[in-house]
Amino acid sequence: MEISVIVFPGSNCDRDIAVSLKKFSKQNPKMIWHKERSLPKSDLIVLPGGFSYGDYLRCGSMAANSPIMSEVIKNAESGAYIIGICNGFQILTETNLLPGTLIRNRELSFICKNLSLKVENSETGFTHKYSNKEIIEIPVAHNEGNYFADKNIIDNIEDKNLIAFRYCDENGLVNDETNPNGSKNNIAGIINEKGNILGMMPHPERATDKTAGLIDGEKFFISILESIQ
Amino acid sequence: MIKITKELIDEHGINNEEYNFILESLNREPTITELGIFSAMWSEHCSYKSSKTWLKKLPTSNDKVIQGPGENAGVIDLGNGDAAVFKMESHNHPSFIEPYQGAATGVGGIMRDVFTMGARPVALLNSIRFGDVKNTKTKHLLTGVVSGIGGYGNCMGVPTVGGEVEFNSCYNDNILVNAMCVGIAKINKIFYSKASGIGNSVVYVGSKTGRDGIHGATMASAEFDDSSDEKRPTVQVGDPFAEKLLLEACLELMKEDIIIAIQDMGAAGLTSSAVEMASKGNVGIDLNLDNLPCRETFMTAYEMMLSESQERMLMIIEPEKEKEAKSVFDKWGLDFATIGVLTDTNRIIINHENEKKADIPLNILESGAPSYDRPYKIVTNSEIDQSYLLKSDEKVINILRKLISSPNLCSRRWVWEQYDHMVMNDTVLRPGGDSAIIRIHDTNKALAVCSDSTPRYCAADPIEGGKQVVAESWRNITSVGAKPIAITDCMNFGNPEKEEIMGQFAGVITGMIEACKILDYPVVSGNVSLYNETNGKGINPTPAIGGVGLLDSLDHFSTPSIKRENDNIIILGETKGHLCQSIYAYEIFGDSKGLPPKVDLLMEKKIGDTVRDLVKKLKIDTVHDISDGGLLIALTEMSVAGNIGFNLNINQKNLNNGFLFGEDQGRYIILVEDKNLSETIEYIKKNNISYSSIGKSYGKKIKIDKNNEADIEEIRDLYENWFENYLKVN
Repeated sequence: MEISVIVFPGSNCDRDIAVSLKKFSKQNPKMIWHKERSLPKSDLIVLPGGFSYGDYLRCGSMAANSPIMSEVIKNAESGAYIIGICNGFQILTETNLLPGTLIRNRELSFICKNLSLKVENSETGFTHKYSNKEIIEIPVAHNEGNYFADKNIIDNIEDKNLIAFRYCDENGLVNDETNPNGSKNNIAGIINEKGNILGMMPHPERATDKTAGLIDGEKFFISILESIQ
Repeated sequence: MIKITKELIDEHGINNEEYNFILESLNREPTITELGIFSAMWSEHCSYKSSKTWLKKLPTSNDKVIQGPGENAGVIDLGNGDAAVFKMESHNHPSFIEPYQGAATGVGGIMRDVFTMGARPVALLNSIRFGDVKNTKTKHLLTGVVSGIGGYGNCMGVPTVGGEVEFNSCYNDNILVNAMCVGIAKINKIFYSKASGIGNSVVYVGSKTGRDGIHGATMASAEFDDSSDEKRPTVQVGDPFAEKLLLEACLELMKEDIIIAIQDMGAAGLTSSAVEMASKGNVGIDLNLDNLPCRETFMTAYEMMLSESQERMLMIIEPEKEKEAKSVFDKWGLDFATIGVLTDTNRIIINHENEKKADIPLNILESGAPSYDRPYKIVTNSEIDQSYLLKSDEKVINILRKLISSPNLCSRRWVWEQYDHMVMNDTVLRPGGDSAIIRIHDTNKALAVCSDSTPRYCAADPIEGGKQVVAESWRNITSVGAKPIAITDCMNFGNPEKEEIMGQFAGVITGMIEACKILDYPVVSGNVSLYNETNGKGINPTPAIGGVGLLDSLDHFSTPSIKRENDNIIILGETKGHLCQSIYAYEIFGDSKGLPPKVDLLMEKKIGDTVRDLVKKLKIDTVHDISDGGLLIALTEMSVAGNIGFNLNINQKNLNNGFLFGEDQGRYIILVEDKNLSETIEYIKKNNISYSSIGKSYGKKIKIDKNNEADIEEIRDLYENWFENYLKVN
């Protein structure tokens, strides 16, 4: 299996995701600089978290126009798995690989904390090691994580079961109080209809190491690595 | 040509004596560019003219110190070829004028000091102080500073893992923003600022130069008055994205053997980096400003030399390696310009548009800089009988409720949840404990880091206060089981031209020297910020101490949270019940009379060494030091963190407010399982340390006696929601 991590200027979770991928795949992912115009054949492409181009414009909008992105889109269309975490999720919405957008957190401040998530769909290539409706604990760290889309889009992703993760409390309660950033329907992560693209605001790579606190991200990595085998 | 008038000289903060020295040394009138250079280099901020005679006395070495003060940052040996590089610096005045940008660029500046030495920043800390919570400006300053710190550090991808926040009316018009950065480097790959090699190129990299921050160093060396808001244009604007690129580009270039010397352009910008690098190397430097990357048009030599635009570095490299170096900066989209050459003249010569704008012998700028042995008077409070503080009609549990939800004791969660404290995935112990623990990447070792100060003690008794700040830092590192190695200090004081203020400085340094020596905890870097006064009123003396320690192995460390029920609660160290200068005295009685608790440094060392042994050898995993608020506050914090309550079992005749809220120094709370109890007690006794067993962890209630108990949940709400409630009300 071939895994590529795209590095944009301002990416800052590229090393963390590479460490987690290596831990479970026993191989180093290829780190691909955003200026590249060709991509090695990849079964999985990861867009990491960070502040691409400083996020001075709308988050992810500059990165969405990087030279490498046309290759990422081509690979996505031909069925490669794509994961966008945090800033990577923002980039995926900016390229229209995923619907909707991520706007400023409801409370207007950056949030960094552990949160409970409910695995809404455990039959995706990214989540099949979790049991259905499993409650997991994964950290978030973002300023623009408030998922927004119009009613048609939200209805569509609800109807088609495209929501991978929802914010909840430790008992699985999904409501406004357990919504950390104002996201529509407490959405924390979604997939596309074809099921090969996932975007999520929480950081599973920060939950794969007991010493650093959390391990609920392990099943995420095991799921996707099994899917691309 | 601009005529140098008396007014102009005054505006540059140069006094008569200093100006006469300039005339004598140059044997002519200075140009305006030269006047600007003298003004910046001789500002208090750059020259340490009031403080250096005292700073020289601080202990600066032990067997782990690789580089003490005098470089961009201090360096200590962590073993296995790794080094920690760290420093703390103030950005007080800019943060008061423009809190977001002031705080952000403070963080940016301190990170450059660390990565300019070849280290990757792995942790950020801060120490921030605001005026009274009722002051109309406080909310605005607090939210601005916190989001500025977060805005910069979060974008850089360096976790902000620790810090402190204090509110006190003495900071009403002069807030303090001190930022600390810790980086990790390989010992054989540390870069210094000493220029060498006549004929080598002087290279400018990073962002372009603009007109921001001109005279920042001079501003930082003057008192504030009501017109200070007009100084907003001198505050620099941060660009963390540019700094992230600069960090990666510098570290990439540093893998090769190309850079001979490097220094960031911090306070006094190009002036101080060029002068300091050349002076250290005992060489001269010729600059041609025609090549300087500028983002504004028609900039003069004066403006270019004094701009404090951020995210810039100056490097010395061999001319034949310029091409290779440039390719790295091209990749990262950063400017790279050769702006000068090293010479054998020992002078700084500046040319711009075919005109010589400055020509100054370096020795008069650096070693000729003024140094003042300012008169001082150490003033302490008088000792008083504290018995009136023991008598309170309020029930103990209500006092606890009040203290735990007071601005200076409540949880700082609202603050540190706005900082990404986990990125890099090596944060083992997050903010909220005594120290944060940061794993050294790819190893089983870790750094313990903290930042602390107790200004109210320093105001009441500068010498004891100076001892206490160092001891408190040492204790916080010890509390997680790590070995304290060295500190960085950020000394925030008022106007040193006043005898009593200079006495505060002299006294605090005197106390620090004693503590650093006895605890083997030297100062390896730091910064002095004087003239923290507004309209003639000074702040409390505030020496912020950034501590760094080493955990040899992550197999055994301790944290404050209570982990099990039925553990024995043991206090190490003697509880005398000292209430003067305590948070209790201030919050319950509005009292700030009398002397702070004394620090017995020899006993401090003995107890701390024992605590570390207990963590390592007897696997004690729950430790918290007793500091602000005293024993009951410390224990409550442990309870809230672990969500397990306690039952105290104390003889009623000993159970008074001095025992519960006194701030006697050198004490720790440890929790011990029954099965380890006898061995632990034996070890404590063997080391001749006084201890007492005061109860057990139990249930979900905090229980002092039958009349004083509360649910943890209720106390947690009080403890954790102060900030949100404070900021909600308009």
